[in-house]
Amino acid sequence: MAEPPRLQVAGPASGPVEGVVLRLDEPLSFWGGLDAATGEVIDRHHPQVGRSVTGRVLVMHSGRGSSSGSSVLLEAVRCGTAPVAIVMVEPDAIVALGAIVASELYGVALPVVLVDEAQFARLRTGVRVDVGVDGSVRTIAAG
Amino acid sequence: MALRLTDDDVRRLDGGDGPAVRLAMRVVVRLAEALGAEELLDISGAHVDSCLYNGLAPLEFAELLAGDGATVVVPTTLNVSSLDLLHPDLYRGDPEEGDLARRQMDAFVAMGCRPTWTCAPYQLEQRPAFGEHVAWAESNAIAFANSVLGARTDRYGDLVDICAAITGRAPAAGLHLDENRRATVLFRLDALTPGLHDSSLLAPVLGAFIGSVVGNRVPVIDGLPVPPGEDWLKALGAAAASAGSVALFHVVGATPEAPTLETALGGVAPTEVVVVTPADLRGARDRLNTVQLDGGGGDSLATVSLGTPHYSVAEFGRFVEALGGRRVHPEIDVYISTGRGILDEVEALGWVETLRSAGVTIVTDTCTYVTPILADTTGPAMTDSAKWAYYAPGNLGVDVVLASTRECVESAVAGRMVLDETIWTTQVDDG
Repeated sequence: MAEPPRLQVAGPASGPVEGVVLRLDEPLSFWGGLDAATGEVIDRHHPQVGRSVTGRVLVMHSGRGSSSGSSVLLEAVRCGTAPVAIVMVEPDAIVALGAIVASELYGVALPVVLVDEAQFARLRTGVRVDVGVDGSVRTIAAG
Repeated sequence: MALRLTDDDVRRLDGGDGPAVRLAMRVVVRLAEALGAEELLDISGAHVDSCLYNGLAPLEFAELLAGDGATVVVPTTLNVSSLDLLHPDLYRGDPEEGDLARRQMDAFVAMGCRPTWTCAPYQLEQRPAFGEHVAWAESNAIAFANSVLGARTDRYGDLVDICAAITGRAPAAGLHLDENRRATVLFRLDALTPGLHDSSLLAPVLGAFIGSVVGNRVPVIDGLPVPPGEDWLKALGAAAASAGSVALFHVVGATPEAPTLETALGGVAPTEVVVVTPADLRGARDRLNTVQLDGGGGDSLATVSLGTPHYSVAEFGRFVEALGGRRVHPEIDVYISTGRGILDEVEALGWVETLRSAGVTIVTDTCTYVTPILADTTGPAMTDSAKWAYYAPGNLGVDVVLASTRECVESAVAGRMVLDETIWTTQVDDG
C-alpha cells in the first residue's frame, strides 16, 4: 500500500483556508465528545472540555473512539459549527469520512490534512495558519 | 500510486448502476484515496452503525441513498439505534427527535439491512470467518471482528459503512492488509495481583489503559494466567477502542493471530514494552470515575447500568447467579442492555422473568448511554463497562463509577456503592 497522501480530503480549490489553531492535548472522539449543535467539546474526560472548535483549525494527533464520529462531524458542518480545517499526524478514516460526505452532500470543502511530528509540535493553540490547496500548513502569525 | 479501479467499479462510479450506487461509490473511492489504497476489495458482509440518529445531516444522507433505491449487496447487520422498539416506553427523549430516530432506522431497513439493532453482531448466529474481508463500523465490533474472529475490517466510520454494503467494495488498506496486523507494542501482565486477575474489572481497566497508551497502534498482551473467554475479550476491546482507536489487539494464546508472542509480533521486536502495574490500572479506573470515591461524596447511588457492549447469554447467566434470588434495592434503577436476538435466548431460559421480578429493566435495540432512558441522571451511576463510563458523563450528564460486575450487583442490592478496593493489592474472590 502507498503512503496516505498529506491531503486527506481536499479543501476549496479556490485557495487556502485560514484560521487560528485549537490544539487538542488528547485525541477527541467527535461522537460523545463534540456537541454538533454548539461546536463545544463535551467529553468531560478531555483536557479541552468546554472549548469551541467552530471556525478553528483543529489540530489533534489522531482520531479516537466511536465510529459515529463521522456523522457528528457531518452534522457539525450542516449546523455551521465545524472547524475550518482538521490537521492530524495519523490518518483517520472516521474523521476523513465526515469531511468527504460533507463535500458530497453539501459541497462544503473541509480540508483534512496530515503533518509530521515536528510540524505537529509547532502547531500550538492561538497560532494563525493557512491550509493550502496542496495540503501544506503554513504559519502566518504566532499566537 | 493512483487507485486502480475495475470495470465494475468504473461503471458504479459513472452512474451506470444509478445515482445511489454512484454516490456510495464516490464515498468509498474518496476514502480509498485518503487511505493511500491501491485498489478496492470485495467484502462478504457489513455491519452498519449509521442507523443511530445523529442529526439531520446523516439522516438526509441515509434518506437520499434509500430514496434513490439503493439496496445492500452483501449480508448487512445494523447497530443500535436511539429507540427500543420492543420496549418503546423506555424512551424519555423528545418525541420529535424520536420520530427522526425512527426515520433513520427505517431508511436502513428499506435498503435491505437486517434489523438486528445490536452493537455485538459477533453474538449473532452468523459471524465472519477467519480471514474474511468485511466492512464493519462500531468501534467495539471492529475490535472484536479483527482480534477475536480474525476477520478483516478497517476502522470504518458511519456513512461509509452503508456505502460499502451498497457497493460490496472497500479500500484495500489498513487492517485488511497483512502488513498492518502485526503487533508493535507489548503489554506484559506479570506484575498484576491475583485479585486483579480474578476480577471482572481487569478487562475494562486494562483495555482503557492500553487504549490510552497505544492510540491506533496494534497491541499484544502476554502473561494472562488463564486464556480469557469471549466476554472478557469483548470488554477489553470495547474499552481499548473508546479510550484510543484500537481496532485490533492480540492476546497470546487466546486470539487467532497470536498462537505465540513471536507470531503476534511477526518475528520483529516490539517498538515498546509496557509492564503493566496495578497502579497503572488503578489510574485508568480513577480517570474514568467522575465520583471521588474517598472524598466525602458518600456512597449514594441511583443507577446501575450493564450491557455495554450488549450482554451475552453467558453474562446474563453470571448476573443471575450473582443476584442469587435477591431483589435489587427499590431506590436503585438497574438496566441491562442487550440485543433482541440474545433476549429471545434469555427468555427461553426463564431469566427474563427472574430479572423482571428482581426489579431489573432489560433494554434492547439501543443502549442506555446513547439515548435518554435513565430515569435518574442526577445521582451517580455504576457500570462494569469502561465504554459506558467513558461516554455517559458527556452524553447524559451523569456521574459514573466503574466497578466489577460483582460490585455492581452487590451495590444494586444494597442500595449504595459497595466497592472492594483490596483487589489492587491482595487476592480476592470476585466475579
